[in-house]
Amino acid sequence: MANSENALIEIEGLYQIFGSSPEKVLPAVKGGASKEEILADTGHTVGLQDINLTIGKGEIFVIMGLSGSGKSTLIRHFNRLIDPTAGKIKVNGDDIMQFSMKELTQFRRHKMSMVFQHFGLLPHRTVVENVGYGLSIKGQKKTEWKEKAKEWLETVGLSGYEEQYPSQLSGGQQQRVGLARALCTDAEILLMDEAFSALDPLIRFEMQSQLIELQENLHKTIVFITHDLDEALRLGDRIAVLKDGKLVQVGKPVEIILNPADDYVRAFAKDVNRARALLVKNVMQRAQPILSIDNDTNKADEILKEYDVVFRKTKSGDFEAYSKISENYSASWTSVPSLRRNELLQDVLPKMLRSKVSLPVLNKDDELCGYLSHQSLAEMLKI
Amino acid sequence: MADASWLTEFPDMSRRELLTIRKTLDGAYRDFSREYGDTIEALFDPLLSFLVWFENLLIITPWWVILFIITAIVHLATRSLKLSIGVVISLLLIGYFGMWEDTMRTLSIITVCTIMSIVIGIPIGILMSRSDRAQSIVTPLLDVMQTMPAFVYLIPVVMLLGIGKIPGVIAVVIYAIPPVIRLTNLGIRLVNKETLEAATAYGATPTQRLFGVQLPLAMPTIMAGINQTIMMALAMVVIASMIGVKGLGQPVLKSITNQYFTLGLLNGLAIVALAIIFDRVSQSYAKRTQRHLEGHDNG
Repeated sequence: MANSENALIEIEGLYQIFGSSPEKVLPAVKGGASKEEILADTGHTVGLQDINLTIGKGEIFVIMGLSGSGKSTLIRHFNRLIDPTAGKIKVNGDDIMQFSMKELTQFRRHKMSMVFQHFGLLPHRTVVENVGYGLSIKGQKKTEWKEKAKEWLETVGLSGYEEQYPSQLSGGQQQRVGLARALCTDAEILLMDEAFSALDPLIRFEMQSQLIELQENLHKTIVFITHDLDEALRLGDRIAVLKDGKLVQVGKPVEIILNPADDYVRAFAKDVNRARALLVKNVMQRAQPILSIDNDTNKADEILKEYDVVFRKTKSGDFEAYSKISENYSASWTSVPSLRRNELLQDVLPKMLRSKVSLPVLNKDDELCGYLSHQSLAEMLKI
Repeated sequence: MADASWLTEFPDMSRRELLTIRKTLDGAYRDFSREYGDTIEALFDPLLSFLVWFENLLIITPWWVILFIITAIVHLATRSLKLSIGVVISLLLIGYFGMWEDTMRTLSIITVCTIMSIVIGIPIGILMSRSDRAQSIVTPLLDVMQTMPAFVYLIPVVMLLGIGKIPGVIAVVIYAIPPVIRLTNLGIRLVNKETLEAATAYGATPTQRLFGVQLPLAMPTIMAGINQTIMMALAMVVIASMIGVKGLGQPVLKSITNQYFTLGLLNGLAIVALAIIFDRVSQSYAKRTQRHLEGHDNG
């Protein structure tokens, strides 16, 4: 959960009402009138009501909902492409609703960048000119931004396409250009509006992987909009579910799947292939029952009372687990394979099935960060 | 009065009243033109001197130099050998049939009218695209300009400025400007919303959006408008000749009154030739600058 210290974006009491005089309708909406009543009585459409969100620095925050739920409207409030009827939007503690036109332009140029569903590329500019667009309108010299744009094109795997026009590229390639353009401005916050929804499934999966990989190094704050729960679960550190302009649930992927707030979320969660949606880190126990190689078995027995397994790292770097296979046996050390915290459950299933004991989970520096037991895995995969 | 004649006859205003209205309005306008005619004419002086200078330039310059320049422009704009040869042949024929000087006069006035239409029309179109209010005001005006018979608005122009080149230019511009205004407006309004949103999201100012996104993307539509404007300006040549604009229109006018069919036909064909040259050049130039739209080579 994002606490107030590392909160980057805070939204308080946000309302969006479409129609000729939204201010007049606002009290009724605040009073709790339903969307249908408002439409029937006043002809106004309630886009968003009472949205409260806190998004932390460095997290991928997914906003999920079906079409018409207001998710694309919501994301356009973050950089004020749409102004709310009421409510506060704070970024880094600044209320962006108070910004003048000039401040807003500066804010958009430096703080946020955006990726669009249908790419939103400029058809009359070449690929490299599109990537450098954000920098070029800041007034940077062409020689400077071109260099940088080329680097980002290389990062997304499109070097060699610099002088092509967007229409000469496939959908997936165009969205890579869109992504490179967003990254090229070095903005801290990345808004992604159904960025991968227009791509076919294979390319979509590839792009998701690329985004995850990029995020490992970049640590941007990403607000990602999608209608696809599988995608939300794969990418999101936290997920907000939006229905008819209201937030239904905000939580970690595991919470959404395991404790859906209502039938709407439950219906979403039911169809999810959990083995493919959840990562080891979502399921693992976060405790680190590790023993240095020099300690003796008595110490291990002590730890074993608290956890059901103890690990140690051998000199060769492999892991050994100390555990009772069943009540009748005494615990013993066995060499075990290790898991990665960002592996999908389905990828670790074979290892888990072959092993009799819980397996250690490592972070990217090869240190123990938790362990995965058969029991928690089984619990998670049960529908 | 219990007279029921209004049932059978339209209860129109009496002739005398109508006459008074006409006389008052005509008188007021006449007074206005006597009072300010000279001032307004003076305002147009720079334009007039430019017109005269440009026309003289085209006429004084040896025909083969003009021929070479026009062909070069055509070739640079279109890169089409066929079209360039066609232009050379039609210009040679025009000269051979003794219409060179008139053609140059028409060419000069059409060029000036087109430039003026673009310079005035595109900003108006931009204004219309930004404000629905401006659009709702300008659209009916354009409708009037396009449907009002040209002779009707020739009257006040001639009353104010007399006959000659300037009233001719004004009449032609009034007649020819609507397409470029309408299509500039349309083109900008049709620009993909997401593309424009993207520009805004990256911090483009309204000016950067206009010149960096809206105008370039609206360009194919605007070029179609300019093309239409040129065609309409050429169509006005004959009518403009009635108020003293020299050029290919005058022989046509003369042949109507004297029933000279061949003279009319030849000058008519010269106008057609000019129209085709203008049309092909502006169209293929527009096409060449919009190469990015062709796309889809590899995907």
